[in-house]
Amino acid sequence: MRESAGIKVFRVVTIVVLTAFVIVPLYVMITSSLKPLGEVRNAFSWFPQHLTLTPYVDIWSTVPLAQYFANSVVVCVIATAISLVLAIFASYAVSRWRFKGRTVFTTTVLSTQMFPGVLFLLPLFLIFTNITTATHIPLIGTRLGLIITYLTFTLPFSIWMLAGYFDGIPRELDEAAMVDGNGPMGALWRVVLPAARPGIVAVAIYGFMTAWGEVLFASVLTTQQNQMTLAIGLQQYSTQTNVYWNQIMAASLVVSVPIVVMFLLLQRSFVAGLTAGAVK
Amino acid sequence: MSATTAPSPSGAPGRSGLRKGWWLPYALLGPAVIFEILVHIIPMVTGIWMSFIKLTRIYLRNWGQAPVVGLGNYKTSLDFSSSIGQGILHSFLITCGFTIIVLALSWGFGMAAAVALQRPFPGRGLFRTVFLIPYALPIYAGIITWKFMFQRSTGAINHILVDQLHLLGDKPFWLIGGNAFWAIVIVAIWRTWPFAFLMLMAGLQSIPSDVYEASAVDGAKPFRQWRSITLPMLRPVNTVLILVMFLWTFNDFNTPFVLFGSTAQPPAGDLISFHIYDASFLTWNFGYGSAMSVLLLVFLLIVTSIYLLVINRRSQRA
Repeated sequence: MRESAGIKVFRVVTIVVLTAFVIVPLYVMITSSLKPLGEVRNAFSWFPQHLTLTPYVDIWSTVPLAQYFANSVVVCVIATAISLVLAIFASYAVSRWRFKGRTVFTTTVLSTQMFPGVLFLLPLFLIFTNITTATHIPLIGTRLGLIITYLTFTLPFSIWMLAGYFDGIPRELDEAAMVDGNGPMGALWRVVLPAARPGIVAVAIYGFMTAWGEVLFASVLTTQQNQMTLAIGLQQYSTQTNVYWNQIMAASLVVSVPIVVMFLLLQRSFVAGLTAGAVK
Repeated sequence: MSATTAPSPSGAPGRSGLRKGWWLPYALLGPAVIFEILVHIIPMVTGIWMSFIKLTRIYLRNWGQAPVVGLGNYKTSLDFSSSIGQGILHSFLITCGFTIIVLALSWGFGMAAAVALQRPFPGRGLFRTVFLIPYALPIYAGIITWKFMFQRSTGAINHILVDQLHLLGDKPFWLIGGNAFWAIVIVAIWRTWPFAFLMLMAGLQSIPSDVYEASAVDGAKPFRQWRSITLPMLRPVNTVLILVMFLWTFNDFNTPFVLFGSTAQPPAGDLISFHIYDASFLTWNFGYGSAMSVLLLVFLLIVTSIYLLVINRRSQRA
């Protein structure tokens, strides 16, 4: 089909403007991470005058970045794994049975997604403080407390998204598996889970990404140096006397690369899973 | 809604009463329900209770002894003649303006990009990937980069505006004063629009191309096609997308927190979640903080209900 000049102009303008909008900060991040400190302290320039890799060496010693990295991985992997396992069972129940209390459950799960994080922050802080005082289980300022709070947002989304995905898998598949002598759990394990792989991948990526970028809970609940996640740890590059912008950019890039690469590699699954859950 | 326990995988609907395996869905649901109660229900009930007591620093570790003040915290929060009430009102209005602008532009950008990439052309996959990067980037990494760009004397923004384009005579502050509002708007749009793009692009793929061909034969112009085919077909996507983006944007905490830091926030960038956080942890008066959180929740519930009502009525009429 032939296209009019109007639509061609629209397409080129849209793509050029939006690409520039997206690319400029990424370009600034990359080039500034390759500049010496003196250069990022002066007026901005588009091209580094002295290319250097020292920021990438220094980031590991200025702050304990490796420790923060490890903390983030531990917290995000555990929170994602727990919510994924819980969500698989719950979504299977919601998708395949009509039982008393189903609507109450789905409505609760859906509505908690809209609640502002700050609503849960104060009570959780208070509850954790009192549990810590009473039992000496360290929930305040530790990764354990953070993992529990991260479930407040990873769990409802996982259930909602996965239930939508399971709904899209034909029941005939379950029935065929059960004719072959499987129970409902066998059908889940042998038929539904393999068929839902893109959905499960999407849920896992989404949970991991959200937890990796979480700032609010982390800023309140990780007070000890050795328990901090990247979200808070990156702010340590600004001291009273110095702001190491080149190192901040280098560190931002280092913590972003794994997650962006993972997302881009799995984006097809992600889009498929996300839209199955949302577009029904 | 049927309240019978009819396990559908085994087929045979109907026969109510106790069936073999009726407990299975409850067993499957059990662990999720326990965790939901732990992380949502108990904190929420606690939060509502906290909003009725005088929970200052001295009572944090023995909150059972904190005096009950009834609606006192709410009265203080909503007393717009006092400085606390004025702060909340100001923050609420800022947040409304912020949400409307970010929502409209993010949706517009996402729609424009989705339509521009609707037909295959060489390089389409590359642009698609590039557009999704801000969404994939960890939230704070993107915002920190913008913070660097917004620095007055060393930032890229003033370099472009003042040194290169000569649009402004003097380098303005972006993270202090009134411009802080535009700083959070720009950063929030940068992060939010790729999500709109992602959802709308997926929605567009479900529209069969022969619908467009048929209308092109009838002589419909591209804009006409967009209005009469694309928009109506994207309706289910838009319903969810707009609601989700509204809630995210209205509750946005990360943008002002990372951009301005936890202490030196300019009033123009004082979004409501940030305001509540600040009011709670600077004064350690959790009673006010909880009352404000509950008020925020009530507001969101009302807006969401009205939105869903209007949408449902519209779709019934159509």
